[in-house]
Amino acid sequence: MTAVAQPLPAARRPKRMTAARWGLYAFIFVTALYFLLPLYVMVVTSLKPMAEIRQGNLLALPAAPSIDAWIKAWTSACTGLTCQGIKIGFLNSLRILVPSVVISILVGSLTGYALSLWRVRGANILFGAMMVVAFIPYQVFIYPLVRVFSFTGLGQSLSTIVIIHTIFGLPTMTLLFRNYFASLPVELFKAARVDGAGFYQIYARIMMPMATPMIVVAVILQTTGIWNDFILGLVFAGRDNLPMTVQLNNIVNSTQGERAYNVDMAATLLTALLPLVVYFGSGRWFVRGIAAGAVKG
Amino acid sequence: MQKSNVDIRSLQIGFGGLKVLENLNLHVETSEFLVLLGPSGCGKSTLLNAIAGLIEVRGGEIQIGGRDVTWAEPKDRGIAMVFQSYALYPRMSVRRNMSFGLTVAGTPRDEIERRVGEAAQMLRLTSLLDRRPSELSGGQRQRVAIGRALVRHAGVYLFDEPLSNLDAQLRAELRVEIKRLHARLGATMIYVTHDQIEALTLADRIAVMQGGVIQQLDTPKKIYREPVNRFVASFVGSPAMNFIPGRLARGSEIAFIAGVNRVSLNGYAFRSQPTDAPAVLGIRPEHIELTAANDPSSVSARIEMVEPMGADTLIWCRLADGTAFSFRHDADAQVRVGDTLTVCFPADALSLFDETSGQRL
Repeated sequence: MTAVAQPLPAARRPKRMTAARWGLYAFIFVTALYFLLPLYVMVVTSLKPMAEIRQGNLLALPAAPSIDAWIKAWTSACTGLTCQGIKIGFLNSLRILVPSVVISILVGSLTGYALSLWRVRGANILFGAMMVVAFIPYQVFIYPLVRVFSFTGLGQSLSTIVIIHTIFGLPTMTLLFRNYFASLPVELFKAARVDGAGFYQIYARIMMPMATPMIVVAVILQTTGIWNDFILGLVFAGRDNLPMTVQLNNIVNSTQGERAYNVDMAATLLTALLPLVVYFGSGRWFVRGIAAGAVKG
Repeated sequence: MQKSNVDIRSLQIGFGGLKVLENLNLHVETSEFLVLLGPSGCGKSTLLNAIAGLIEVRGGEIQIGGRDVTWAEPKDRGIAMVFQSYALYPRMSVRRNMSFGLTVAGTPRDEIERRVGEAAQMLRLTSLLDRRPSELSGGQRQRVAIGRALVRHAGVYLFDEPLSNLDAQLRAELRVEIKRLHARLGATMIYVTHDQIEALTLADRIAVMQGGVIQQLDTPKKIYREPVNRFVASFVGSPAMNFIPGRLARGSEIAFIAGVNRVSLNGYAFRSQPTDAPAVLGIRPEHIELTAANDPSSVSARIEMVEPMGADTLIWCRLADGTAFSFRHDADAQVRVGDTLTVCFPADALSLFDETSGQRL
């Protein structure tokens, strides 16, 4: 008896690129183009001299790229009466940003910690109220808050805008940290209490070191939010502390004579730079932090 | 800290409208190993948390070492606690985990080092002191948690299901370790578990709880041999106790009648004068004996299933009236499903329960 030659097993890998796949990729490509095109135009325009811009070839690459417009935007563009460029606004925004981010995260995490782990009487009602208020539009609060701050004598100042950002950041920050702390095993908190740690010791030495992913998320949310803020800065920061967004508006909307498109574009890109850097630099952390909050353990 | 006793007087605990514990009394002697045993939701963990000061009580009093601590902070009660989920501080090394409580209390550094070193040696953790909890296995983590409790030199050690998260083999190992630790330290320990094997092996005394009430507080042997009611009887012991419904009959001698079968109760220690009444006979699988068919007190049954368990074999039988029971026989038993055999129930190993109240007769 001879061995019968068996046919080889014939399971073939399915074709990788089907028509549907091609369609999908084409769609993604077009969508990406749609969002990238304005950015491309901005970058290209900011590198062109005005003479070239006047020719109207919006999409053409600059014949001789120059960063003159960027330098002008940074150092000598006129923001209202003064002509010192947008760097003043950049520094103002930093001075507003750093204390606002730090304080709002500290206050928010402490509130979230207290509401999640310590069984405060009425904690859920308090938290619910905070969430409801968070959905009321800013504009409703502005006039009363202006009156409150003028009454207390703080008026428009750096402290005022920091306090404002802390208050408006509180609901989000509290929600973020409350949910994270509530997802931790409660026994951890009990163990710390048996070990004799008090309210602030448990917060500072046990809970906050564990909350690193949440802190990263909070820093990203607050940094981009506060940096992009326009109306609160305009109303509460005071004349000497106007943030970059307000300065940018002054540059772009108050030109005499010919509109310097290249300077406008450069100034806009400079203003958008920090949030962009934050997003690109921390995207990985951002996703990780969100996931860490959602999945226990 | 000196070893303490624990005295709980008419303790009441509730959440909202739910009463978890009502009028509970319990006294734990100095150096005693007391196990709180019961199914989930029986209030045993609640009781332990109340002793630790981690939940508020509604009424009653808790004394530790003769001092009223009902409203004291956990740290001021002279207790240490080990949790089911280990509850190690994830961002601290093993050493910092163990020393955290002492650091918070402001203990001198050399004293902290001495105590941590001592506990680490006792629990074979010395080589792991600089690791993070995430770099440890489950058994190691729980040993660290025990170490963290030991360095506190507490008057009372509380264990909240410390072995429930471990696999069977580790559980057995760590159980022995805890028992050895108790023998060595002579500390007062209160230990919560739903695992009756843990309770039987570890305890000086077991408090079996159900529905927030201590059903029986006794030595493991007493609990096993003379359960006070059907709940305790069925909860303790594995494989579980068999229950056979029937009735008591007084004649020339008192006997238990189940259908055509008659079990002599000569030698059973009745708690009160027996009456002719419906009752339930309880007998543990290992107390049933094979006997000759002509034994007047024998019962014949058909084998339904055989479970070899290594050291011995569990044989599932059914009486003529349909009541099923299991009994334990040595592993060499030549038995086949479908065979009929005759067994007897020795009166001194039985438990009899009232049919309605479930109380021991």
